Amino acid sequence: MDNTLPQPFPQPSYLQARSAYDWLWAALVLMGAGHAFSQYQALMDAYEVGILLVSALFLIWLGWSWPVLKNFSLCVASFSLWAISVYGGDLSRAENAFILKYLFSSQSAIMWMSALYVMATLAYFGFLLSGREFIGNVASALTWSATAMGLTGLMVRWRESYLLGADIGHIPVSNLYEVFILFAIITALLYLHYEQHYQTRSLGAFVLLVISAAVGFLLWYTFDRHADGIQPLVPALNSYWMKIHVPANFVGYGAFSLAAMIGLVFVLKSRAHQGLLLARLPDLALLDDLIYKAIALGFAFFTLATILGALWAAEAWGGYWSWDPKETWALIVWLNYAAWLHMRLTKGWSGKPMAWWAIIGFFVTLFAFLGVNMFLSGLHSYGEL
Amino acid sequence: MPQSTFPILLRFLGSMNLAITLLVAIAVAAVIGTVVQQNQPYPDYVLKFGPFWFEVFKSLDLYNVYSSAWFLSILGFLVLSTSVCVYRNLPHVLRDLNDYREHSQRSALSRLPHQHTFANELDTQANLARIAALLQRHHYRFRHNDAQTGLLIAAKKGSGGRLGYIFSHVAIIVICVGGLMDGNLPLKIAEWRGEIAVETRRIPAGEIPPISTLSAENSSFRANIDIAEGGQSNLAFIDYKDGYLLQKLPFTLQVDDFRIEHYPSGQPKSFESDLTVIAPSLPRPLKQTISVNHPLTFKGYTIYQNSFGDGGSKLHLRTWPLYSAANPGRLTATVKQFTQLDDHQLEISDFRPFNVNPDPSGEKKFINLGPSFQYKLRQADGTANEYLTYMQPIEQEGRWFYLSGMRGKVSEQFNYWFLPADREKRPARFMAFYHSLRNPEILHAIAMQTAASSDSGKQSSNDDRQKVARFMQSLAEQFIEGGQEKITAMLEQSVAPEKRPEASAVYSAVYSAVLQRLLKNVYLQVLRQERIDVNQPMSDFDSQFLLDALAAVNLAHVYAAPVFLELESFQHIEATGLQITRSPGQWLVFPGCLLLVLGVFCMFYLPQRRLWILLENTASGSVLLLAGSAQRNRYDFDREFELIKQQLTQPTTSVL
Ligand code: HEM
Repeated sequence: MDNTLPQPFPQPSYLQARSAYDWLWAALVLMGAGHAFSQYQALMDAYEVGILLVSALFLIWLGWSWPVLKNFSLCVASFSLWAISVYGGDLSRAENAFILKYLFSSQSAIMWMSALYVMATLAYFGFLLSGREFIGNVASALTWSATAMGLTGLMVRWRESYLLGADIGHIPVSNLYEVFILFAIITALLYLHYEQHYQTRSLGAFVLLVISAAVGFLLWYTFDRHADGIQPLVPALNSYWMKIHVPANFVGYGAFSLAAMIGLVFVLKSRAHQGLLLARLPDLALLDDLIYKAIALGFAFFTLATILGALWAAEAWGGYWSWDPKETWALIVWLNYAAWLHMRLTKGWSGKPMAWWAIIGFFVTLFAFLGVNMFLSGLHSYGEL
Repeated sequence: MPQSTFPILLRFLGSMNLAITLLVAIAVAAVIGTVVQQNQPYPDYVLKFGPFWFEVFKSLDLYNVYSSAWFLSILGFLVLSTSVCVYRNLPHVLRDLNDYREHSQRSALSRLPHQHTFANELDTQANLARIAALLQRHHYRFRHNDAQTGLLIAAKKGSGGRLGYIFSHVAIIVICVGGLMDGNLPLKIAEWRGEIAVETRRIPAGEIPPISTLSAENSSFRANIDIAEGGQSNLAFIDYKDGYLLQKLPFTLQVDDFRIEHYPSGQPKSFESDLTVIAPSLPRPLKQTISVNHPLTFKGYTIYQNSFGDGGSKLHLRTWPLYSAANPGRLTATVKQFTQLDDHQLEISDFRPFNVNPDPSGEKKFINLGPSFQYKLRQADGTANEYLTYMQPIEQEGRWFYLSGMRGKVSEQFNYWFLPADREKRPARFMAFYHSLRNPEILHAIAMQTAASSDSGKQSSNDDRQKVARFMQSLAEQFIEGGQEKITAMLEQSVAPEKRPEASAVYSAVYSAVLQRLLKNVYLQVLRQERIDVNQPMSDFDSQFLLDALAAVNLAHVYAAPVFLELESFQHIEATGLQITRSPGQWLVFPGCLLLVLGVFCMFYLPQRRLWILLENTASGSVLLLAGSAQRNRYDFDREFELIKQQLTQPTTSVL
């Protein structure tokens, strides 16, 4: 090869480009998955083993693509393992072990999450108003911490459900209380990703508003309705499908909410003509592009989730499609965004009308998520309010 | 057809406006279908909307939107429109896949939003090698072409985006076609052609006419059947519109056993059935256990565990007459069957072997209230009250009661009648007491004794005593028939309105004192029959029992049943609810779904990007025009373009 020109742009392959930390990360994730497998093998069927493996690979990829996620996940993992080891086999430790009572029992962790998200919202507003970088850093840090607490809370709750009874244990995405936490976490992570990738910290105030609203609902649901208890699963929900259908769905919901809030910023910014505040918000072209990105991501995952739901229904209810209200509303949401994407990609619509449409889309999504449970009856047994 | 009509039609069908209109129309129709509850019995709709709107909505097919002709036509149009769209775009896309646009003109390139012109000292060959390396590094594929003005390198990546369009849109067509095959379009057509008619009557399967029966060859259906443990069936039912159709099965389903497990809260945890499928086409019977989320699939049929219920449990009942002093009888009744009970029809709708409720005292978490059964007592005129009766007495503040709830309408809550249990925890003492009250002779005799034993009675004449006794007796009769309420009403009538407040207070005190004495004496008589020494002071239990018994008698008229049914023993027989489906369309739908996911992810995440580099020789080296275009993700492309530009314009000597 000596007679060829020197290679001007060295081209490391994807794997060659990985740092030592990347490989350590991959090893840790695989070890973690291996540990989970050896511990809980007896509780898993073949599909669940598959899901575990794919999740591990997905997590490795995520950590490689988005480096911060490595530290974040390690943090959540150590909190969760710590809490689980303090529990031992005894659920009542939640009351008398300090670390559980005040920090990491699922109830405490979720309360921390709630408080931190609200504080983060305030900090983001502080940043927007003052423009001080330091406050912005605090806001992002608070959001990361809230998300870590929330995810730890869910992990610990998973374990707690098994401590409550081997036959009661299940992944904590089985009722409205649990999925609200999931919603807050996923929306926050999606936002943090965009924030880092596009340097759009001034959007935080708006996006965190949705998360704070979710937190508000969660608190009301906890204190007014006492919906925070771990309930056994009805037989239809007791399936590995739940483990993939629900999270995929919430990536969709989270991304659509994100799109709506960026749409709101777009509308606000395009209305006013001057002002310091508006100058701090990202420019319209970027906002427009972010709305598209969020909706595209949401649409892709929502498609996947709806299809997983159909496959599950085919196994549990005897038909992949029953026009059950929840299913039907998922279709409505999907068609709505399909129309949105067509308008944008084939007719070239953009700007304000599409921003408004994204905002309206949020209400359609909200109805599919909450309204159906509140106002319509059907097969989906996610608790009525 | 004039020559130009067809292309116009195609253009219309494949137009984006039509596509979006159809998407929105389906969404709106779907909203309607969730707002108006689908497939309910028609009388419910009449109640909800009134007769006028009921007819209007019915003519619009709003009670089964998703199988209505208009909805299916919109779906059909969507399939058509998408097909036309794919048909028209496919050639472009395929051409595009291999088209590097290596013949682009300089003028066209210089109009692109992303472009940059610069010069370096390398010759064309050196530049080409350098650019090739750079493009490879960014995962572009390229071709080059000697243009008039120099060398044009045309590069692209992300053909997946275009393929994704084909995949996802073909997938939609495939999914819709599969869905239409499995939907009830075939039933709809058969109904329209008069080949089938929906059955709305509740009649035994054997009496269902052939016009409402579907043959075993039916290639796509979704039907339900409840089979009792040990039972079998080769029929199932399809819910259709306001009634059902009978589906014959080409096999016999036998339920060998049904098991259900519960959580401590009483909530079902899992239920499963041991099935045997017997079919001429199977070499030997197929045995398998199915449960929720684990169906049985064979030869294109799938059998699901859907629900469970009572499969005709046998209940051994003791009948305690309430309207007369007749002796109790015994009766064996079957759940879900009708039994004649004197002039009433007993219709037992459900039996539950246990009832777990949260424990109000909170000591244990749950308490089991034992078995219960639910039934209607229908009178000759067709009216009926519904009852829910527990088998075992239930403790309330240290006392034990038989609980039986009554309601006049299904929409109401049960109102519970508390019937006190005696020391043996049986209804016997209460019934003896109640029957004594219901028996005029006994009542009269005791009224006479009571009248004679009173202070004034001892001195009065026999005639007066008779009068007093009769008065007491009539008071007691009023009480039994209508409770305290009736006595109060009677009082109101007998006192002039202007004197009412004071007078009724006085009267009611007198009446109730008189009544209480009579009732107590009847009670003492019952105790005497139980060989309890009534000369001793009454025990706490016995005196409390009297109070509870009087409370029960007071409300007996509200209970309004001719008998109290005591469940003495039972034989529990469960039924499993199975769903049997045949859905050949799934073999289109599932691959279609896979294609759709693939297509959607390709469309979004493998977007097409193009770069061109036009190289022109000059005396001192080359002049380069770098241009790029991307359909979407402009921001990411901006970055990439910027990076490529930077790398390309690096001093060529400082090469790594
Ligand atoms: C249920 C029906 C449909 C759904 C869910 C659907 C979905 C989508 C989605 C999600 C995209 C955009 C993704 C992207 O390119 O990034 C898209 C693009 C497109 N759709 Fe549809 N579509 C449907 C029906 C149709 C119909 C009927 C037409 C024909 C008029 C059509 C024509 C197009 C075209 C031309 C594109 C742009 C392709 C490209 O530029 O790559 N679609 N469709």
